[in-house]
Amino acid sequence: MAETCLILVMIGLTAYAVLGGADLGAGFWDLTAGGDRRGGRVRGMIQRSMSPVWEANHVWLIFILVVLWTAFPVFFGSMMSTLYIPLFLGALGIILRGTAFALRGQAATMREARGFGAVFAASSVLVPFCFGAALGGIVSARVPVGNAAGAPFDSWLNPTSILIGVLAVVSGAYLSAVYLAADAVRSDLPELVDPFRHRALGAGVVAGAIAIGGLAILHSDARSIYDGLTSGGGLACVLASGVLGVATLALVWRRHLVWARWTSAAAVACIVAGWAFAQSPDLLPRALTLDEAAAANTTLTALLIAIGVGALVLVPSLAYLYRLVLSGTLDQEYEPLDQRFRPLSADDHPTTGTS
Amino acid sequence: MSPLLFAASDFVGRLGQPNQEHLLWARELQAMSLAVHIPLVCFGISFPAMVLFMEGMFLRTGDETYRALAKRWSKVMLMLFAVGVVTGTILSFEFGLLWPNFMGTFGDVFGLAFLLEGFSFFIEAIFIAIYVYGWDRLPRRTHLLVGVPIIITGVTGSLMVLTVNGWMNDPVGFDVVNNKVTNIRPWEALFNNFFWHELAHMYFAGYMVTGFIVGGVYAFSYLKGDRSRYVRAGMIVPLTIACLAAPVQVIIGDWAGREVTSHQPVKLAAFEGLPKTTKGAPFHILGWYDKNTQTVKGAIEIPDLLSVLAKHNPNATVQGLDSVPANDRPGPINTVRFAFQTMIGIGSLLMVVGLFYAVVWWRKRRLPRTKWFYRVAVIAGPLSVVALIAGWITTEVGRQPYIVYGIMRVEDAVTNAGGLPIAFGVAVVVYLTLIATVAWLLRRLASNPPQVETPGEVA
Repeated sequence: MAETCLILVMIGLTAYAVLGGADLGAGFWDLTAGGDRRGGRVRGMIQRSMSPVWEANHVWLIFILVVLWTAFPVFFGSMMSTLYIPLFLGALGIILRGTAFALRGQAATMREARGFGAVFAASSVLVPFCFGAALGGIVSARVPVGNAAGAPFDSWLNPTSILIGVLAVVSGAYLSAVYLAADAVRSDLPELVDPFRHRALGAGVVAGAIAIGGLAILHSDARSIYDGLTSGGGLACVLASGVLGVATLALVWRRHLVWARWTSAAAVACIVAGWAFAQSPDLLPRALTLDEAAAANTTLTALLIAIGVGALVLVPSLAYLYRLVLSGTLDQEYEPLDQRFRPLSADDHPTTGTS
Repeated sequence: MSPLLFAASDFVGRLGQPNQEHLLWARELQAMSLAVHIPLVCFGISFPAMVLFMEGMFLRTGDETYRALAKRWSKVMLMLFAVGVVTGTILSFEFGLLWPNFMGTFGDVFGLAFLLEGFSFFIEAIFIAIYVYGWDRLPRRTHLLVGVPIIITGVTGSLMVLTVNGWMNDPVGFDVVNNKVTNIRPWEALFNNFFWHELAHMYFAGYMVTGFIVGGVYAFSYLKGDRSRYVRAGMIVPLTIACLAAPVQVIIGDWAGREVTSHQPVKLAAFEGLPKTTKGAPFHILGWYDKNTQTVKGAIEIPDLLSVLAKHNPNATVQGLDSVPANDRPGPINTVRFAFQTMIGIGSLLMVVGLFYAVVWWRKRRLPRTKWFYRVAVIAGPLSVVALIAGWITTEVGRQPYIVYGIMRVEDAVTNAGGLPIAFGVAVVVYLTLIATVAWLLRRLASNPPQVETPGEVA
């Protein structure tokens, strides 16, 4: 039963890495889009694509936390208390990012949009880095069991943490570019397809390079994970992820963007699964096994029942949301972010039907 | 009563006893984060129903005024939800960051409630997006129906969090044997004794806070002479709901008080500052509790009133602070007293406002004409938020020194990590900025003329 709960955490983690990661990655492109006029189109597209879905995508994170503290309370307490700095910074980043994004949608002048946009974009880079760095602390066996028993800085400022933090930022950017390119195709905005396609190709190559180079870092800094990833189930997952990653690049190159959405998500899922194989049977390497960490059977049973019932409502709801989004029903009018503010109407409000 | 049996034990939890010099900062950080989040919860509980009511009025009458209001409100609802999502996420981080031993020891007992809350939140996020972005894009009836899950999940989500708070005050669903938590019964923990009255109390608070705040905004325009249908409808609907809820809330408060009397007598003693177990206990209005002399000073004393409030009997015996050793009592008695008096003071005022409104409507079938009513209605919103926070301070500080009542002390639950004062300082800046920005943006939204909400001009 503990395994089932862990698999559910892994599913949540994959969903957050793919959906939440793509939202965070959009912030990266927002940050690097350039000046008002040059970046206006990219930012307008990001604002439009993310608006209806970012909150739902974000809730996966809450799902992960809740399942962890219910099913693996000692693991949760140990992890949170040792990794308090990156997790606190990440949490602050979440406040800033979510609020700034929601507020930018309501901005009335370019100055305001610029201010909110800067906060949104910068914190979108901060959040995945912090969470990735925290994961790195776990992976490299720097989190012991206990109340803040690990080193406050070394637990997340170490080679493995930096590697996973950077990889989280870049792979989010990669996923995001793939999705935004696909979204541009779907929305009939051909002039935006190539900018995002090129970004996807660039980020995909960089992410791949970091992942391969990163193996050397894991070899010296987190040997047990390296061994796990280079043998047995771990190796199979890594290879599958590599194949899917290359396939995604090829699909993006050949403009099969709808398929690329799925292969890129599958590549992330394979990495998460590979990590689980590599670290098995430990939740905290060399400190806590899955069985030691697991809550009592009564709790796990209740948890699984609740998740089962919840999923019966959640899955159709999510399907409905994504169906409406992908069919364009919830589409907002597209306009470059800076253009929204140029033809100012009397009440400082944008009018529609201009694009 | 059983939890108190464990009070003197050496229970330290699974991660061992921490040694945290900045415990107070951790508590203040948690309190501040909750204080920012709770008013948003009120909107989550009640605002969707008000928005849908307006939309329903539009569908029935075809009057564009209702539609403009519903649409405007739905934008506010989405924005407050977005802020609620992020401030709520911080809370779930803080549980682990600040209280790892609490989570590590009891996460498997009460965690189930948070899972159900998570699902509610998830579904709420999905449908709120569909609802707000679906204006003028979905068929009218579908659009209304899409709003229904938002109402339901707004209730179930907050309900599940309240069960956890109820459980902290009335910890059931597990046994402590040899200072270890065993025999966990998660469903029993979910439906603890405190959950019902906390739910009712918070639910009505949600309707009062939202109703008075939203109604107050339009009452302000009304006072300034704007008697348009838009302003009238925007004022009457939320204000009527709040005015109906206010008197009922007093009755629920009485019920909650009696539950506290029977399950947490020491907390009740702290509400009043009652030093000794007393037959026919008095109630002191205002004043302060002096720890040295163990008396309430500078107050208006009303004989037997505490016994009446707590047990509906002027001769009843009320347990005093002295019924437990000094270190098992809440430390800051005056904080609890002051918060409690603030809550019941404002609650009584709002009850009068509500009754006045109801009586005028009942007798004369019209709105009150006196300007004073609208002046009070404008400040009723902020006041109700003050009462809300004061109420939470009453119950949470009154729970001290325990995080799990009678079993685990707050000082044993806290993190061993450093930097708590820094974290507090950073959080203060972030929250102040957040509040200022949201307030500024709501003003901006309100300054748009209602015509912005008509079809073809989707902002």
